Amino acid sequence: MASSQTLMEDIMRQKITQALSPTALEIFNDSHLHAHHKAMKDTTSQETHFRVFITSAAFGSKMQPARHRMVYTLLKDELAAQGGIHALQLRTRTPEEDEKAQAREAV
Amino acid sequence: MNPAMLSRTAFSAAGQALRPRRNPLLSSRFAALQKAFISSETRKAIDKAVGTAPVVLFMKGTPETPQCGFSRASIQILGLQGVNPQKFTAFNVLEDEELRQGIKEYSDWPTIPQLYVNNEFVGGTDIMMSMHQDGSLAKLLDEKDVLVEAEGSETSTPSP
Repeated sequence: MASSQTLMEDIMRQKITQALSPTALEIFNDSHLHAHHKAMKDTTSQETHFRVFITSAAFGSKMQPARHRMVYTLLKDELAAQGGIHALQLRTRTPEEDEKAQAREAV
Repeated sequence: MNPAMLSRTAFSAAGQALRPRRNPLLSSRFAALQKAFISSETRKAIDKAVGTAPVVLFMKGTPETPQCGFSRASIQILGLQGVNPQKFTAFNVLEDEELRQGIKEYSDWPTIPQLYVNNEFVGGTDIMMSMHQDGSLAKLLDEKDVLVEAEGSETSTPSP
């Protein structure tokens, strides 16, 4: 199996896709923006800070904390592991909210 | 979970600890048990912390010197919203490792900062930012009456 340079990202993508059947999923690796921070001094991983934008109908009728918790639960092991995900920013929208947001931006 | 089961496990784990062959603390099963239970003193202390003010932020660093970009952003948002400093308390999790781990357990939320308003968990930086942008944060803070009183005279409205 070819080794992936983006193992953490691949795992996230696979888990989120499988659990939430997102209509849109974007994963941004921001680790390089934080690599110089004191807290990251002893870390060698290049996959520590992520921004993830998820659009999924599974979020319908849930408030933001509940939506985020759904994703956190999926990634529990990755968040808890030493050298795993250190920071995770989420944007969780339903397809309708996504459309509305895009309409606003188009103005 | 049956409490009796718990004490048996803890007891046998303590026994195992005396045998250096395999460190039981490295067993993932034991690690899960350890992680699952913040002490009741820690829980009570966090209960108290969450109630010290209408608006409570658990952050890295202090409001004057945040030690993390996300914590800094949260402080900025609360400032922009006009939260009354007298109704606000911030706790620095970097000063207290037990708090740092405990608050994640307590809130069932893996990241810091964490915002509580009137003892209710609101979210982290990303949630605060999106609520700030769509106006729902202003609405929440206004409803809970934690904003600085609007100045009566026209001369003193600060611009952000």
